Amino acid sequence: MSAQIATDAAPAIASYNFAYLDEQTKRMIRRAILKAIAIPGYQVPFASREMPMPYGWGTGGVQVTAAIIGPEDVLKVIDQGADDTTNAVSIRAFFAKVANVATTTRTMEATIIQTRHRIPETKLSAGQVLVYQVPIPEPLRFLEPRETETRKMHALEEYGLMHVKLYEDIARHGEISTTYAYPVMVEGRYVMDPSPTPKFDNPKMHRSEALQLFGAGREKRIYAVPPFTEVVSLDFEDHPFEIQTFDRPCALCAAENVYLDEVVLDDSGGRMFVCSDTDHCEDRRAQGHRGEMAGHPLETAK
Amino acid sequence: MVHAAYEGGFANSVLGSQGLFRTLMDAMARPGTVHPVTTLASPPAGLNSTAGAILLSLCDADTSVWLTPDLARNSEVREWLGFHAGAPVTGDKAAADFAVIADPCRLLDLGAFALGTQEYPDRSTTLIIAVEALTGGDLMELEGPGIDGRIGIAPKPLPPGFTAQWAANRARFPRGIDLIFAAPDAIACMPRSSRIINQPGV
Repeated sequence: MSAQIATDAAPAIASYNFAYLDEQTKRMIRRAILKAIAIPGYQVPFASREMPMPYGWGTGGVQVTAAIIGPEDVLKVIDQGADDTTNAVSIRAFFAKVANVATTTRTMEATIIQTRHRIPETKLSAGQVLVYQVPIPEPLRFLEPRETETRKMHALEEYGLMHVKLYEDIARHGEISTTYAYPVMVEGRYVMDPSPTPKFDNPKMHRSEALQLFGAGREKRIYAVPPFTEVVSLDFEDHPFEIQTFDRPCALCAAENVYLDEVVLDDSGGRMFVCSDTDHCEDRRAQGHRGEMAGHPLETAK
Repeated sequence: MVHAAYEGGFANSVLGSQGLFRTLMDAMARPGTVHPVTTLASPPAGLNSTAGAILLSLCDADTSVWLTPDLARNSEVREWLGFHAGAPVTGDKAAADFAVIADPCRLLDLGAFALGTQEYPDRSTTLIIAVEALTGGDLMELEGPGIDGRIGIAPKPLPPGFTAQWAANRARFPRGIDLIFAAPDAIACMPRSSRIINQPGV
């Protein structure tokens, strides 16, 4: 027996189970995902594991991705819309190593997109799953620190406190000043934290064709929004929900109606506004769109 | 001589479970849609292959399984489940994480299973209903999350009075049970969020 192993597998190094997690853990997460889908917006407790990265780096999203990913999947990971930031690169490399899956930066090619704080600008389709990394899943947490109380509030559908919070925004600032992690009502029942995405992205969650899964590793919660589900941002009749607008297009690809990041260029006030979604920006530049600071044409994307 | 309980598990438990789970996840996220499955497991007679594979992919020592009386008396099925999944079989519907319904015509009281609590609606039973086919029964039209407009599904057989039972289950939302219809060659799901909007068979 041992001789056979030695000849069959020359570099006999112990390897990880497929997608890092052990099978019992995956089953536990999978059961939580099915419940989360059945009760849209409800936070299902799960036995979150230690992952080989610190909390805050997306351990919840990584566990959800590890539980659903298969060899046929193509994985894209974004951090604030960008494919090339440390968090995105290291999670992509992690799954390339432990699950040997194909990775991509192109939104259209991906079957699973793990995201930290953005939803891609390109409309997602039915074959795609969007996995959010969530730091604090409880939308009521900053209003009520006790888990026993927030759980009771969800049970009783008692969301008055959240409306009071939004109203106090208006009283102080003349408008609802919450700009990210803007609370939403899912299918008319659960108030949900959409994770710290800019409120610009909230409308993309509404009746999305893609399944949306949310994983909070430190807080040990999984929740979900199935496709074609009503996701409504909380507001008031006289202060309707509005998304951010930008008074200029992307400086690189001239895209309008997309979410822009401000980039400081020098210490004398120079700045530019560019697409937060790097794939969307590259795609547009490849199609020949030029912003005011685009400079030379891009090389062909490899 | 090899005992029947040891045979018929997944050929590749890691990827077999993963592949079937993805089908289940897709089916649960899009209620009423029919998802073909290949034969992954060969449980003893009495349990269909799809229901058997679902049990192997979702159940383990952490989940108790309730079996319909015919299955519960079938020692081969119990031993097969014990050997491959390590899942304890329970006689208490209200304590079951999963329930396998081998004879849907005798499924009477959905409310007798674990329904979860208002605080923890996830602590409920998921029913795996072995059906002959996902077409050919009375057409149920569904609405709800995961469904673009409406969708029709006609699993066969279903017990008489199922629509009323389901309406009662839906009325308990967010508490309630979720259904997985397991035909020999396909899967479809009906989570508690789905509403039947017609009167099937009337």
